[in-house]
Amino acid sequence: MKINIEEHQNDKEMFVSVTGEIDAYTAPKLREELLPLSEGQGKTITVNLKDVSYMDSTGLGVFVGLFKQLSKNEGELRLVELSDRLVRLFELTGLSKIMNISEDRGR
Amino acid sequence: MKNVMDYVEMKFPAKAEYVGVIRLTISGIASRMGYTYEQIEDIKIAVSEACTNAVQHAYPEDEVGEVIVGFGIYEDKLEMMVADNGQSFNFLKTKEELGPYTESSTIDQLSEGGLGLFLIETLMDEVRVLNRSGVTVFMVKYLGEERESHDKATSDRETN
Repeated sequence: MKINIEEHQNDKEMFVSVTGEIDAYTAPKLREELLPLSEGQGKTITVNLKDVSYMDSTGLGVFVGLFKQLSKNEGELRLVELSDRLVRLFELTGLSKIMNISEDRGR
Repeated sequence: MKNVMDYVEMKFPAKAEYVGVIRLTISGIASRMGYTYEQIEDIKIAVSEACTNAVQHAYPEDEVGEVIVGFGIYEDKLEMMVADNGQSFNFLKTKEELGPYTESSTIDQLSEGGLGLFLIETLMDEVRVLNRSGVTVFMVKYLGEERESHDKATSDRETN
């Protein structure tokens, strides 16, 4: 799994892209990288999941944690370019109704 | 009832880095058996969730145990077992001891296992959990949807 973090000039907006498999082994690393980004008021984090080849409940847990943290600080989490498989995972668990997910590019 | 055609068993250290290896193995077996892409992805998630559960909850942090994974390969279905007691098990005997799967036991497991066990329940055709000197998760995925609905109808009749 690879994580690429791109910060915008205004400091409130961040774009992250994740590549590879998100499972029990890689999810802790993902959480470690992403959670600090949510610190501060009104942050918007867009995570591109186009190149995520596998994800399960461990990955969902990371994004739920990030979503909760951002919501608490009036921020926003956008998950973009989800594959059909990932959309299904969010739909099965009911998270698609709560979180902002999209099959399209977020910008 | 059809007999097991092939049985594959693997023993892994209860470490997160091996979950991907198990996933790769079951993906290969399911692919060879002729499951669709979607079904293979479902199987990968279910087996990974069971392994994750074993890796994260079965042993104290300073103690690395073992996870035993067994795949019963039939003509028409794939049976998957994930056990975290570190002991090798008799596949057919353990299967008999699992007993019928009931609604109440599922809800109990959900509250403990969270989304992982929920996904296993959702993605597999049959799930049973045995709690005794470790946890054994037993899962079945049928090959082909027509047979699956037929089996469900049959078991419904038997229950009534």
